[in-house]
Amino acid sequence: MKKYLIPSIRLTLVLMLLLCVLYPVFISYAGRLSEGQGGGEKMISQGKIVGYAALGQRFDKPQYFWGRPSAVDYNAAGSAGSNKGPANTEYLKIVSNRVDTLLKYHPYLKKSDIPADLVTASGSGLDPDISEQAATIQIKRVAQARNIPEAELAALLVKHTQQPLFGLFGPSAVNVLKLNIDLDKLKPRPLN
Amino acid sequence: MNTEILGVIAVYLLTLVIAIPLGKYLAEVFAGEKVWTDFLKPVEAGIFKLSGINPKVEMTWKEHMKALLTINLVWLVYGFFVLMHQDKLPMNPDGNPGMSPDLAFNTIISFVVNCNLQHYSGETGVSYLTQHFVLMFLQFVSCATGIAAAVVLFRAFRDKTTQNLGNFWDYFLKSITRLLLPLSLLMALILAFNGTPTSYEGQDQFISLQGDTVNVSRGPAAPFIAIKHLGTNGGGWFGANSAHPLENPNYLSNSVELIAQVIIPIAMVIAFGYYIRRRKLGWMIFGMMTLGMLLLLIPMIASETAGSATIESMGISQATGAMEGKEVRFGPAISAYWSTVTTIISTGSVNNMHDSSMPLSGAWQLLGMMINAFYGGCGVGVLNYFVYLIIAVFISGLMVGRTPEFLGHKVESREVKIAAIITLLSPFLILAGTALATYVYTNHGTADWAVQPSNWLNNPDFHGFSELLYEVTSSNANNGSGFEGLADNNIFWNVLTGFVLLLGRFLPIIGPVAIAGILGAKKFIPESAGTLRTDTLTFSLMTFAVIIVLNALSYFPALVLGPLAEYFTY
Repeated sequence: MKKYLIPSIRLTLVLMLLLCVLYPVFISYAGRLSEGQGGGEKMISQGKIVGYAALGQRFDKPQYFWGRPSAVDYNAAGSAGSNKGPANTEYLKIVSNRVDTLLKYHPYLKKSDIPADLVTASGSGLDPDISEQAATIQIKRVAQARNIPEAELAALLVKHTQQPLFGLFGPSAVNVLKLNIDLDKLKPRPLN
Repeated sequence: MNTEILGVIAVYLLTLVIAIPLGKYLAEVFAGEKVWTDFLKPVEAGIFKLSGINPKVEMTWKEHMKALLTINLVWLVYGFFVLMHQDKLPMNPDGNPGMSPDLAFNTIISFVVNCNLQHYSGETGVSYLTQHFVLMFLQFVSCATGIAAAVVLFRAFRDKTTQNLGNFWDYFLKSITRLLLPLSLLMALILAFNGTPTSYEGQDQFISLQGDTVNVSRGPAAPFIAIKHLGTNGGGWFGANSAHPLENPNYLSNSVELIAQVIIPIAMVIAFGYYIRRRKLGWMIFGMMTLGMLLLLIPMIASETAGSATIESMGISQATGAMEGKEVRFGPAISAYWSTVTTIISTGSVNNMHDSSMPLSGAWQLLGMMINAFYGGCGVGVLNYFVYLIIAVFISGLMVGRTPEFLGHKVESREVKIAAIITLLSPFLILAGTALATYVYTNHGTADWAVQPSNWLNNPDFHGFSELLYEVTSSNANNGSGFEGLADNNIFWNVLTGFVLLLGRFLPIIGPVAIAGILGAKKFIPESAGTLRTDTLTFSLMTFAVIIVLNALSYFPALVLGPLAEYFTY
């Protein structure tokens, strides 16, 4: 044991220089070339930083598209999921309440129109995306709140739907923040 | 939905395309043959010179284990103190506190043993200094430890009869310089350009579109996340691990992280075959491991894409599968694939929350960790499978009435005893640990700990039991994922899982290496008509049957009490 102790300590110190200093510092410099200069890509609206492209944020006002429920209320300094099991009755009551809330604000909806992602909490609590269906069912409410024709919002949604990777792999998704930022740029128009 | 399944197939195929040549390359590296990365030799020579190590000294299996345990002990002591005092050390821009002694005990063991069970949350529990100089450092070296141990075993079967099994430091350092560091560099760059932060800046603050003030945890995460996957470590930079949008920004990064965590475990199996010049054996083991993976993967994808029956009964469409605890950008299919590989290969990182998985998925996740040898962790996967192989050789020997042999060496009582002890260790630790936790939960619910036992569980009934079972199973498998609803940062869980982690790591390394060392030193018996051939399909299926029977006998009752009961009740 003793024979190996000093070499162990010395090797540890040398490797630390390589693995904990040179390696991450190199990546850190390289990362400055990326979008967001290594600090995360930021989104700007009307000249102000209003969030991170990757991070979901809370939307509950009627004039915006809403994101998914979050177990941590979109706290970007404390990510987590709900960790509720599928048969937990307390949890099922929460889901059921979310369904009722959605139906209240979208009286034109049937229950079967509501996609699962809009009533379940994400794994991170910061999911930036919703499914296409989840965005589609909100169009009518947003249109009414903003006095914008539905067709215009539908076109905006098409523009904001990220297709599967290379058109082949994985699901499609809609980034709620990016959608809402562009939404704010649309001019309200009287319906009649 | 079809694009989601297609994504799973593409990711797996791409994994094989990388892992198979990588295995051949690793065999050449560890055999000391000429490879294109030999230009790194001067760097390695320099590191050895600074460390006062002569990498040419041949070691016996015992000397290997002494070196391995010594350096691991150094890391344990060093990390324990740094974690406790991180609040007084530099590189702590968010002002996070030092760890309590029991949390530091648990965390340092967890990272030394390549488990990365995390009873803290990355945003609030560690500083950038400890993230890099303790945790990320250990993600490299614990993986290299596992690989080096596996190569010791390889070496024992390469020559006919030998006690000289190469040099531990040589295997260890080459695992880093020739494998982990170059791949980590590449992967960290990919992540950085997909949106994972790399800068050392602390928390940021912004005002959201609706006017909320939001704080954002960040930090140099990309280098950490690369080795976290390549080294089958799994510890997240952020609390939500790879479900966090900065840790895993899009489908591409998700695919890269998935490929990264599987390539080395597969490559090690292929390398085994090449290294001992019995490629067929390597392929047979790979085949059985793949069979095992598919048997867990297919039902898991089926149950996750089918969605939640309880939510469906409310009238909510489950067309996009079960979404609680999942991210929209990944979807249920690749999330189920992730859950499968992260449990069979002991990574333990998650891109979806296992506590919210469908009941049967929970059973497959647990089973993957209990078997712990379908590909398995970096290096240790091969070691675990080897123990099953020895048991299978022994049972087959009894069945045909001959002295059992493995690769030309007689397997005698001492080796079988070691294999039996290692095989029984897992059920003992898992079941005794879970029983103890259940006892404390039911009989000492008001014990005065950071979290009272009666408040441990986040879910009632069978699922609550699964939370206890999962935590101990994950510790024993050195996996690190969790049914994270469990309130685990208190002295009971920190100490219990700390010990389970230690025993579940080092005994299953020492055991198979000892068996290999003893076998390798025995007289070589040339193959004859009477030899039980271990590279045939029949014998491989026999090994598979042994794995299934042993694990079914050990764990079926526990699985019935947890996820299976939950499934049949709802």
